[in-house]
Amino acid sequence: MNPLAAILVRDMRIAVRVGGGALMGVLFFLVVVTLTPFAIGPDLALLKRIGPAILWLAALLASLLALDRMFAADHDDGSLDLILMGRAPLELVVAVKGIAHWLTTGLPLVLAAPLIGLFLNLDAPAEAALVLTLLVGTPALTFIGLIGAAIAVTLRRGGLLLAVIVLPLTVPVLIFGVAAANAAVIGPVPFGTPFTILCALTLASLVVGPFAAAAALRQEME
Amino acid sequence: MALLDFANPSRFLRFANTTIPWLSGVTLIVFAFGIDQAMIAPDDYQQGATVKIMFLHVPSAWLGMLAWGVMTVAALGTLVWRHPLADVIAKAAAPIGAAFTLLCLVTGSLWGRPEWGTYWVWDARLTSELILFLLYLGVIALWRTVDDPSRAARAAAILTLVGAIDLPIIKFSVEWWNTLHQGTSVFRLGGSKIYPTILIPLFIMAAAFTLLFFTLLFAAARNEILRRRVRTLQLMQASQVT
Repeated sequence: MNPLAAILVRDMRIAVRVGGGALMGVLFFLVVVTLTPFAIGPDLALLKRIGPAILWLAALLASLLALDRMFAADHDDGSLDLILMGRAPLELVVAVKGIAHWLTTGLPLVLAAPLIGLFLNLDAPAEAALVLTLLVGTPALTFIGLIGAAIAVTLRRGGLLLAVIVLPLTVPVLIFGVAAANAAVIGPVPFGTPFTILCALTLASLVVGPFAAAAALRQEME
Repeated sequence: MALLDFANPSRFLRFANTTIPWLSGVTLIVFAFGIDQAMIAPDDYQQGATVKIMFLHVPSAWLGMLAWGVMTVAALGTLVWRHPLADVIAKAAAPIGAAFTLLCLVTGSLWGRPEWGTYWVWDARLTSELILFLLYLGVIALWRTVDDPSRAARAAAILTLVGAIDLPIIKFSVEWWNTLHQGTSVFRLGGSKIYPTILIPLFIMAAAFTLLFFTLLFAAARNEILRRRVRTLQLMQASQVT
């Protein structure tokens, strides 16, 4: 089998089996969103207005969850050394691992978002805009997170540091994701403007993420 | 090549030891002159005396960005040429840059209270500057998490290069978005929008801040080299004990 396809299949298998974090992200997403009305009160009009922001914030935090084990687990069992020695370009391997991570944690979030959006009193156009922005935006979160995961690969307290490093870098994605989701409902900007910038951010992170993460892995594993 | 000579830490220490007293002296003189000029500069017809906060705010904003720029160059030095001094400079510059960025945020906020009526707004310029501050704290946290200095240097270098994306965002934030923060007024085509009675003290203060930055940077780099020597000696001693 093609080594890249093999890594994709392996990573997804690990994620969905016992001890993998695939559905944990969705559960966390659900819990965070459920907690919000307890904190700000069950005012449906208010929830409707800030709903997209809450869902985006919860998705951002949920996508961080499984990240710290992404390379660290491979480092612990030695498979990272094999990957580094293998003939497949490290940048592509990292990108494939990112895709596997997104398919197992990002995509379930996108699929669960409409259901969870109901709790926040979102109507159909808002739901559609939200799902579209999450679909486009969550890959950017994963691929920016790759950089942090690679930098923190050999650290014992990697998870905490990962959040500190990665979260400031995700601010533009959050801004334009929420802006696009809100634009579809309350305006005044047309949906397309922030949404196109969100697409651009995702495309840029698809390139920058794997290269920076691969560079970090090479430096760390020397 | 001159930069390569400093790969030898002892040579850098000699350079730092001779330049730091001179640099500190010049910094003091320029600061004294700059503060004097800032004090006698006329008040703004609208803002009154609060305009003088700018003499601290603008240079500290520039220096906060310059420090990340220095770290970015040092990061390239670390990753591409494995220059040992680049690690030291990058580590030394981070807390100094963080301090300047914090100073910029605090002075801006104190100016904003009387002029804008609020300490903080979520304006593009302010937000991107706050992110720069968070990035500084992230880099410092990374330096403090990894115990092996050369591995910490390489990890921090990659984070520094990625974080450099924020610099053009800060620079152009006032042009890309319609913000509350003033637009570009010092360096622009068609000359500065600031009257010379205020612009000249501003430049003197900026020169003083830059001198202060390099004084602190060299001093912090010297401390870092000495700290590493102490660490090496401790490791050597520990290996003899066992």
